Amino acid sequence: MEYLSIVFQEVYKILFLLVPVLVSVAMIVWLDRRVWAFVQKRQGPNVVGPFGLLQSLADALKYIFKEIIIPSSSNKVIFILAPIVTMTLALIAWAVIPFSATQVLADINVGILYLFAVSSLGVYGIIMGGWASNSKYPFLGAIRSAAQMVSYEVSIGVIIINVLLCVGSLNLNDIVIAQQNMWFVIPLFPMFVIFFISALAETNRPPFDLPEAEAELVAGYQTEYSGMMYAMFWLGEYANILLMCAMGAILFLGGWMSPIDVYPFTLVPGAIWLILKILLLFILFALVKAIVPRYRYDQLMRLGWKVFLPLSLIWVVLTASYLFYFNLLPVN
Amino acid sequence: MIAHAIFFYTFSIIAVVSAIMVTASKNTVHSVFFLILDFISISCLFIMIGAEFLGMIMLIVYVGAVAVLFLFVVMMLNVAQQKNQWFAGEQSSRHIPVGLIISTLIFFEIIIVIGGWKYKPEIFDINNSITQTSISNTHSLGQVLYTDYIHVFQISGMILLVAMVGAIVLTFRQRSGLKRQSYIKQISRERAEGVEVLEVQSNKGVKIDD
Repeated sequence: MEYLSIVFQEVYKILFLLVPVLVSVAMIVWLDRRVWAFVQKRQGPNVVGPFGLLQSLADALKYIFKEIIIPSSSNKVIFILAPIVTMTLALIAWAVIPFSATQVLADINVGILYLFAVSSLGVYGIIMGGWASNSKYPFLGAIRSAAQMVSYEVSIGVIIINVLLCVGSLNLNDIVIAQQNMWFVIPLFPMFVIFFISALAETNRPPFDLPEAEAELVAGYQTEYSGMMYAMFWLGEYANILLMCAMGAILFLGGWMSPIDVYPFTLVPGAIWLILKILLLFILFALVKAIVPRYRYDQLMRLGWKVFLPLSLIWVVLTASYLFYFNLLPVN
Repeated sequence: MIAHAIFFYTFSIIAVVSAIMVTASKNTVHSVFFLILDFISISCLFIMIGAEFLGMIMLIVYVGAVAVLFLFVVMMLNVAQQKNQWFAGEQSSRHIPVGLIISTLIFFEIIIVIGGWKYKPEIFDINNSITQTSISNTHSLGQVLYTDYIHVFQISGMILLVAMVGAIVLTFRQRSGLKRQSYIKQISRERAEGVEVLEVQSNKGVKIDD
């Protein structure tokens, strides 16, 4: 009985985390379309509900009532598994995100490695979907996406090493607390820029959305999907984008800490600050989508391997030598 | 404790079954997916014994990178259509003796290592190194990796570097007759060298070089 009550308590905590995440994913889709529209001097979705806030809910209802079509020559098990894998991986990563010093579902020692591992697994949903569809466009999209995500993961990993050198711990809460005096965005500004661009590529956002480039590949790996399965891909994608924003906020923008450590700001709970920082990064994501043209594939690969990787490696050497020379290495 | 046992046996059964399925499944792409499942359950087992760093690195390196490339190669080579015939035909049965010899060797090696570790612990250096429980797994790994085992660590890094350079050298080929895009050349182009006004004579045309 005691064991069951612990299980229920955990389930309650998980629901309390996941339901807001899912609702905010729906809201963020609306925000994305709205920002995109404003940049182009349009109105965007503004009909359903106040300011069109309920647009995503209406879309979700539409997807639920649509028929799920499974192509007859597809590999059915993997075809159905693919959107499930995408969405599950996008959601389990939220377990380690700290919303304040105590509000975290799993305060594990290797939090940042866990985040990195889960985001690197995200490519499987896309590969599985692309391969199982047994069709040309999804397959090409999946291959593009696999190569792209593996390449940009490398530079994200090296950037994380930069931050870890300054922190001396893999725990996400320790990373946030290490930024008490100065956010890492100031000393590591070039790394923040590279992280932001790599995050765009890692989540297949424009200008790096070649896996689903509609002019060339219809909808890439999602071409054969319909109804709720398509919606799950879509939810997983946006949950991943939010996750990358959260990662950027924790690594560079001080996570749940208030910008200035003075009285009225410290009253605001940490979760609000984290959400504001995530929103700021997300609006940047949306603006980039609206103002930048799509990259060509060879340019994308060149940027990842020949520009970002050497730059971030050089920055690791610089950070390490600086910390070592001025005796600032975190020793505990 | 019961919950621990339940999780341990679940993960180990998944690991063993998927390892068998890697060789037994008919479709090569399915084999790779089972391999991924195997990696994931083994990293879960690592996390369960407290080796959290090792488990996460297993996920990042093997599942996040190596298996993606495996999948990539298997899909690109289109071996998915080739049915994997197990113990069927002359071709595959010739490999059985070799496979048996190698697996027996590995089996005895594992028995020697585990037996020695259990009954003659003093010959293994590992037992003498620091295994404090007060500091985290990652921390203690870092403490021995860069002090006691620095040379082994550096040598393994060099081996990986040599393998990488070797792979690039083997697959690299210079193709002639390709027009490469040079960003510096493009940006530094002036109007004077890009545009030329010519007097075109009728029936002669203009010859454009390059």
